[in-house]
Amino acid sequence: MKHDMLKLGEIELELHESGDGLPLLFFHSGQGFAPEDPFVAMLAQRYRVIAPSHPGFGHSSLPDWVDSIDDIAHVYLELMDRLDLPRAKLVGCSIGGWIAAEIATKVPERIEKLALVGPVGVKTGGVKQLDIPDIFAISQDEMNRLRFHDPAKAKIDLTKLTEEEMRVIARNSETLALLVWEPYMHNPKLKHRLHRLTMPVLFIRGASDGIVSAPYLDRYAALIPGARIETIPAAGHLPHVEQPEAFVAKLAAFFEQGA
Amino acid sequence: MRAWHFSENAYPFLPPAEEYDSIRVTLPNRLYDPRKGAALYDRFLTEWQIAEEEGVNIMLNEHHQSATCVDPAAPLVLAALARLTHKARLLILGNPIANRRQPVRVAEEMALIDVLSKGRLEAGFVRGVPTEILPANSNPVRMNERHWEALDLIVQAWTSNDGPTSFEGRFFHHRNINIWPRPYQSPHPPIWVSTTSAGGAGQVGAHGYIQATFLTGFKGTPAIYDSYRKGWRQAGKGNDVAVNRLAYAAMVYVADSDAKARAGAEKLLWYITANKVSPWFRNPPGYSPIAANVQMMLGDAAGGGFGNFGGNLTVDSAVANGTMFYGTPDRVFEQIKAFYHHVGGFGNLLLMGQAGHLDHDDTVAGIRAFAREVYPRLQAEFPDDAVSGRSEAADAVAGR
Repeated sequence: MKHDMLKLGEIELELHESGDGLPLLFFHSGQGFAPEDPFVAMLAQRYRVIAPSHPGFGHSSLPDWVDSIDDIAHVYLELMDRLDLPRAKLVGCSIGGWIAAEIATKVPERIEKLALVGPVGVKTGGVKQLDIPDIFAISQDEMNRLRFHDPAKAKIDLTKLTEEEMRVIARNSETLALLVWEPYMHNPKLKHRLHRLTMPVLFIRGASDGIVSAPYLDRYAALIPGARIETIPAAGHLPHVEQPEAFVAKLAAFFEQGA
Repeated sequence: MRAWHFSENAYPFLPPAEEYDSIRVTLPNRLYDPRKGAALYDRFLTEWQIAEEEGVNIMLNEHHQSATCVDPAAPLVLAALARLTHKARLLILGNPIANRRQPVRVAEEMALIDVLSKGRLEAGFVRGVPTEILPANSNPVRMNERHWEALDLIVQAWTSNDGPTSFEGRFFHHRNINIWPRPYQSPHPPIWVSTTSAGGAGQVGAHGYIQATFLTGFKGTPAIYDSYRKGWRQAGKGNDVAVNRLAYAAMVYVADSDAKARAGAEKLLWYITANKVSPWFRNPPGYSPIAANVQMMLGDAAGGGFGNFGGNLTVDSAVANGTMFYGTPDRVFEQIKAFYHHVGGFGNLLLMGQAGHLDHDDTVAGIRAFAREVYPRLQAEFPDDAVSGRSEAADAVAGR
């Protein structure tokens, strides 16, 4: 896996890259990108996987003007230009899915296929009920139960972490709050723009996902012409982490269909 | 030295703490009886009036969604006090401006109270504790930056007196700022800012505002005051920092016998011991700096974890760590004097003199005993214009 820092405007962007097939941009969830996650190598056997750390995550810098998911979408438009990618496949998990959806509404012609994995980003339910549970008002244990099919997998052993790894965890958590705080986990404008998507769109949901519910994804997918939903059993909000083989198989089937 | 009677307007009539998760943020308000609450407001306002009669100034604060402080709109209570009192200085500490969407509105509220009280307002501004984040729905990231920008805008609103001005900052945007009334005091009321960190104090010092710190004790306070003085000097405000620029808040209870004082002090500990808060409300992401979060994780990795806030605190350990002064007048005077010299001097003592189940009679007895037996000695011993700062000789004596 290649690891680079790329200067985009005022941002120092951390970029992971591996594999040499057709380009696939992978946008990580609020937890950040871990190149050692098994799904990464599996994807890299098929595609050229390009995975930036979002501004404020990992080792990417966070200029003071960045405070929204839409800001990050603009940064990645610049990234596509810089990497000379006229077209690419996009895969985004959770807030990464939100970023991918924002990009796809801006340059639908440049997105070959779009895979949204447990994405947030739209508000489709009622005024008096949150679409996404308030992750800032619950305990870590409760959070782990919502995020994982097997919450035991969520446990982080702090004694095995370096201070630098702790710093990254704290930064990721802070930047996540900055980006999703209000309106909570959504851009009110996005749902009015999703009809512009012309590429094939696949939603993937872990069957045990307590963050993104099945009805939420149904309503999200209904906003995009022709979008499909597939479910991965025995997985929560991060199916790429909990069930990497099933995840990569679903993605590959989607990307290779009609190719 | 100036003394200020501070009451949080707590609502103590709660079920046993085992029956709820958190006294802040999530405690259902069906547990609040508005009739009992009305009687409490009557009582606390009366206690502030008594403090004024005794020559003590008045301080109040603001919290939200908490039984520890049922004053979610402090300017309203301050407006009532502006009419109920006539000579005391009125300190609000403070306005949580990182959590208020309209700083110009805050400037208006403060100007109105300053006029209503004929220039007795002391306008304080606070960043707010972590448990204020969810009640305000306020983004915990970049709060400090919002706080300072909001304060700049408020000062501009107070001091621009020749028709509309505009403000286009990073967080706040306002055209046509032209508040009526403008403040009674010129150019504006004294500004206070509270912080319990050394980093924050440096910024307060650089602005020359009055620095208040709460319950930071013998251990934490010296670094905060040192940082304030450093910030003051680096901003070119001169070498000497008067003690009246610095304030310290502690639990205080005075009585004519040790036994009575101790009984009152025990009840004041409610401030600390009743503060049961779910751990995830204490440290929202972004509220504390990254480095501080790494330190917390290192602590957790070493088997520490979040301590039980004040769980083991006694009145004696509170006196020993400098968060409480209690006893007979002589004893309290000596405690405050020792603290004063340890931290290099401060000109404002914020008396946390009522908490929880400390009833009206005992609260008033505590205020009177302090005001009559201790306060005059503090005023005589510690003039407002004394220069603050720890000397090398004092450090040597204290073994620093």
